[in-house]
Amino acid sequence: MLNNKLSGERKAYILLMKALMLFSVAVTAALVLFLFGYVLIRGLPNISWELLSTKPSYLTERIGILPDILNTLYLLLATLAVGLPLGVGAAVYLTEYAGNRRLVSLIEYAAETLSGIPSIIYGLVGMLFFCQFLRMKTSLLAGALTLVIMNLPTIMRTTQESLKTVPQSYREGAFGLGAGKWRVVRTVVLPNCLDGIITGCILAAGRVLGESAALLYTAGFAHAVHGLKEGLLSPGASLTVALYVYAKEQGEFAVAFAIAAILMLLTLLINLLAALVQKGCKRRTSQ
Amino acid sequence: MERAGIAPRPFRKGDNMAKKKQLVENLVHGLFLLLGLITVGCVLLITLYLVVSGIPAIREIGLADFLFGRRWASTAAEPAYGILPFILTSIYGTAGAILIGVPLGFLCAVYLAKMAQPGIRNIMESAVSLLAGIPSVVYGLVGMLVLVPGIRRLFHVPDGASLLAAILVLAVMILPSIIKVSITALEAVPREYEEASLALGATPVETWFRVSVPAAKSGIAAAVVLGVGRAIGETMAVMMVSGNAPNMPDLFQSVRFLTTAVASEMAYSAGLQQQALFSIALVLFLFIMLINAALKAFLKGSKEG
Repeated sequence: MLNNKLSGERKAYILLMKALMLFSVAVTAALVLFLFGYVLIRGLPNISWELLSTKPSYLTERIGILPDILNTLYLLLATLAVGLPLGVGAAVYLTEYAGNRRLVSLIEYAAETLSGIPSIIYGLVGMLFFCQFLRMKTSLLAGALTLVIMNLPTIMRTTQESLKTVPQSYREGAFGLGAGKWRVVRTVVLPNCLDGIITGCILAAGRVLGESAALLYTAGFAHAVHGLKEGLLSPGASLTVALYVYAKEQGEFAVAFAIAAILMLLTLLINLLAALVQKGCKRRTSQ
Repeated sequence: MERAGIAPRPFRKGDNMAKKKQLVENLVHGLFLLLGLITVGCVLLITLYLVVSGIPAIREIGLADFLFGRRWASTAAEPAYGILPFILTSIYGTAGAILIGVPLGFLCAVYLAKMAQPGIRNIMESAVSLLAGIPSVVYGLVGMLVLVPGIRRLFHVPDGASLLAAILVLAVMILPSIIKVSITALEAVPREYEEASLALGATPVETWFRVSVPAAKSGIAAAVVLGVGRAIGETMAVMMVSGNAPNMPDLFQSVRFLTTAVASEMAYSAGLQQQALFSIALVLFLFIMLINAALKAFLKGSKEG
């Protein structure tokens, strides 16, 4: 009824806007489909057990990515092991302890600033501070510590969001029973925001997996197989850095696409996990 | 903070125990304070290192020669350290990515926030998060093998690794942040505004673009600024598709960004050359701090508006 009265100009405007919106959405959807389809189609056929389970050998001229997989795993473990206590602790301080508003906004401003700094700058400062000043040399540990600084804001923010959803009455109940602040935090507050901490972990894991620029000059390019302890102290390429080296410097596109396909599958997995945890936590809060 | 106001009342039975408990509480409080201050410490550390290691080269080369020199030849017999090509390339590249990415992301966000059915919206939102999660080296790889040869064939240029390829890759990479932040801004528009507009006879589409969008403008501006930050800081994907020659920016020429200038020479640099790379990083850092300040201002505006 209303439509009959619209002038031609308005009708044209509405049509144009609708068309533009649909076009944009179609382009975005097509991009996602193309990127995943292309990488998986070109990469999956190149993944073989041999590729996954060996290290590169100049003698047989074969490339294996086992060292890169292990290095990525070590980086992930070390980053979370150091970053989690720091990030969660900072979040606990901000929501439970801090009394000074100015201090809180200073810390939050610092976290925002950190999340805006490009990864190449982290890589540079990581190289200067961890590798040179603290004499760690180029090693996975130096890379992991650089990644810790990068991921602090993420872990902090998700934990903080989750701490805010713990009902105030829980804390008051525990205080009323005579518990001290630390005890309340330890036994009441933290267990109730576990999902936020897990979400933070998953998001941080995603960033560690995808990061490359910050690792180039902190963790290096080596492809040797080590155990965890030895591995952390020696240089090593993560999957992303290995992809870069194989594609840009050696022209080994088959291996590069195999790594890219693995990274895509891991991205998919991490997104699914994050969605699942968020769903679970929504269900809990709605009950 | 209200929460901090509720102080635990010490249990006054055994005085010794209460004292011990108080000690533990204070220790824990101090520890958490320390953890809270780590982010501040990191920002100071990064700033300090960049300034201290970035200043010497600028002093030696001269600020004007460094910032406005048109020639970068760090390994030549008579080295020249002018970073104007990098600065301009970073600015042009970011502007290009914004020109393509912002309209696309913005229209997508309006559709998803206002028009899409819940099912489509859910699927598209997960697709956008996937796009955000793809590692930048994968973007670089696909760009190298699809975009670069495509540009070479389409425009008949000798090499497709160019500013244009970098702009296209960056435009795709900033899409997720623009879409997500714009959706959040559009959702925050009070329903009453839209209802009033509809009641006055505007159609839904007119309402979205003439009422909701202007009402969400500072949030959308924040999305754009966030996109600028992402684009100017991206390294690996750009390094793989832009060719890396220190030319003045031209759409079909091989170019080098501020980020890639640091990354590509770091491995084999020494002396003044390496110090100059730190100075480039300092310039990049200053750009980012400016962008952060703008972002903060816009976000503040969107909260108040």
